[in-house]
Amino acid sequence: MKKLLLGNAAVARGAYEAGVRFVSSYPGTPSTEITEEMAKFPAEEVFVEWAPNEKVAAEAAIGASIGGGRAMSCCKHVGLNVMADPIFTDSYIGVGGGLCFCVADDPGMHSSQNEQDSRHYARAAKIPMLEPADSAECKDFTKLAFSLSEEYDTPFFIRLSTRISHSQSMVELEEREDAPLKDYEKNIPKHVMMPAMAIKRHVVVEERTEKLKAFAESSPLNEIIDNGSDVGVVAAGIAYQYAVEALGDRVNYLKLGMVYPLPDRKLADFAASCKKVYVIEELDPFIESHMRALGLSVIGKEVFTLLGEYTPSMIRAAVFGEEKREHALPEEALPARPPVLCPGCPHRGTFYVLKKLGLTVSGDIGCYTLGAVAPLASVDTTICMGASISAAHGMAKVRGQEFNKKLVSVIGDSTFMHSGITGLSDIVYNKGANTVIILDNSITGMTGHQDNPTTGKTIRGEATKQVDLILLCKALGIQHVSVVDPFDLAAFEKAVKEEVAREEVSVIIAQRPCALLKSVKYTGHCEINDNCRRCKLCMKLGCPAISVDGDGKVHIDTSLCNGCGLCVSVCPFHAIEKKED
Amino acid sequence: MNVMIVGVGGQGTLLASRILGNTVIDLGYDVKVSEVHGMSQRGGSVCTYVKFGEKVYSPIIDEGEADIILAFEVLEAYRALPFLKKGGKMIVNDQKINPMPVITGAATYPENILEKLAAVADVTSLDALALAEKAGSAKAVNVVLLGVLAKNTDIPKEAWLRAVEGTVPPKFLEVNLRAFSLGYELA
Repeated sequence: MKKLLLGNAAVARGAYEAGVRFVSSYPGTPSTEITEEMAKFPAEEVFVEWAPNEKVAAEAAIGASIGGGRAMSCCKHVGLNVMADPIFTDSYIGVGGGLCFCVADDPGMHSSQNEQDSRHYARAAKIPMLEPADSAECKDFTKLAFSLSEEYDTPFFIRLSTRISHSQSMVELEEREDAPLKDYEKNIPKHVMMPAMAIKRHVVVEERTEKLKAFAESSPLNEIIDNGSDVGVVAAGIAYQYAVEALGDRVNYLKLGMVYPLPDRKLADFAASCKKVYVIEELDPFIESHMRALGLSVIGKEVFTLLGEYTPSMIRAAVFGEEKREHALPEEALPARPPVLCPGCPHRGTFYVLKKLGLTVSGDIGCYTLGAVAPLASVDTTICMGASISAAHGMAKVRGQEFNKKLVSVIGDSTFMHSGITGLSDIVYNKGANTVIILDNSITGMTGHQDNPTTGKTIRGEATKQVDLILLCKALGIQHVSVVDPFDLAAFEKAVKEEVAREEVSVIIAQRPCALLKSVKYTGHCEINDNCRRCKLCMKLGCPAISVDGDGKVHIDTSLCNGCGLCVSVCPFHAIEKKED
Repeated sequence: MNVMIVGVGGQGTLLASRILGNTVIDLGYDVKVSEVHGMSQRGGSVCTYVKFGEKVYSPIIDEGEADIILAFEVLEAYRALPFLKKGGKMIVNDQKINPMPVITGAATYPENILEKLAAVADVTSLDALALAEKAGSAKAVNVVLLGVLAKNTDIPKEAWLRAVEGTVPPKFLEVNLRAFSLGYELA
């Protein structure tokens, strides 16, 4: 049966058909749907979970593999940084049941804080990496990776990018294979990585890489398409699709399905068969540098950018000097439409108050990063998961207590569980006096509503134990933990003022669920009445439903307003009223 | 055939592209649907691509290559203009949603966009929001617009209806079928 599947859903399908028994991941765009799709398969066949972070997820998958079951862990490119520690060593240990780490890069940064190229990890950790170019390959390559993983005793990477993960194309569905649980064997030299054992395992890793290089030479994963041209293109993944769309049969291709280790002889033979060879790859010159190191003459980043996504027209222009297709342009510069906090977003109350108090805000990763966007423009820094707390600690230590009295950290519930707890213990242990605001909206929001250890539900929606954030903070040694509704602006402002003034570490849990949760029912809408004095205080909320016309009159767009009522409490003249529909 | 669907995050462009994708696979075409997830969904400009034919390689549509642009919002239609093929068609919901730089006064919403578009392209504009409300839900704007799109293609109506039935949750099916018909009959 053929089906239109998202690349991510096809990876999940491939893992399912390969008989995977255990999947543990932390959500991250563009990888999230792989694990969500896995959770649609029967619980008796595969255990699927959201882990608190990628490191835990990868370790759990490694344990499942050593335990004899096929296992997988999925993440976005920056998640791979968190995952790196266990997988570098797991490369030495190898596998019991087949093991895949699936990583999705985000060229163009549709939803990311950097544009790193995860292929470098394959070489650095000496873990082989496959890169599919459409949904059919997502399924086939994932399936293949599980059997190769067992054959070569190594974990495998599957590398995706946004356009592969989030494009749907046709996939032929097959039955699930029977991959029986392997026997568990105690094997200290292979599984206990202390120096004496690891020294010997490193030898095995290098030998394995040689064998994998030989595999790469002969495998149909790396395919030459000879169109009888004297121009050659080396490409993998989405860049290959762009190249074929742009250049068609006017060039020859070496399509690489395996991007680490690379097939040296095949690359050299292909280069020798063409007068000119282009390497077309988004982000870093990974394949290009390798070919240059082999002494091959190629054209790469001198004509293709290191930045963002490619397009077929960009490739056509670089290779054949062809113009873009004829098209019309707008007569004027158009206003941008950046993403914004949704109407009814609980974070809007938080940032309104923080801006009003003129605080320095150490930010984190989530929807609430949008607190940096005008008019709220409240967030000062965003680095990575958890850094809101640890970076504020460093900032406070160098700038002193007076600065710290105007400094807060903001971190979501899921991000706090991911990487916030350790930073908070750093502050307590090293006598900091920071104020940390946990934005508890009862869900992992940005990636599209995933449960986490604070929500009381598993990925399959089953009830489970719920981490008590208050008890957790108290157990870390924090005496002052308060819970406030960020839509109760007066109470929230009071709490923030009190806690930043305190010369001790404190935590405020700003608790109000995400407005997009099904359980949240705002009704009606808000309207401006005749009391409006056009002071525009409500405009400071940055609500997409409120705007001012050319005459300075304030309007609320009822098709966008969800009736959350935050603007009602901001208006000093009672000029905004809540109306039921 | 290349169809580009543009709008504002939250307007339901994703579902529209999925319904279109399912419509054309039913007819035996190769198809690729490229979606947007994550941060850009939060009220920002969103854009999905649906490409179908004998064999589709790139999932994205380049400038000057869209046969049809289905726009859920006026400014987003204008933003997408460079992607329209010479002689291509634009179907535009006449709703205006101010982006944050306009709300804060840092920029102004361009005037007379529909007239400017009509001067350079074949444009059909409609009040899809009103039709969606007539069908029973403001959220059905996407399916109203698909109805208009359907009338502008050679794809049989039955294929569209099958895809709507196969994609939309059962409890919203009736509203969506009504919305589709209102769009289809309008065009």
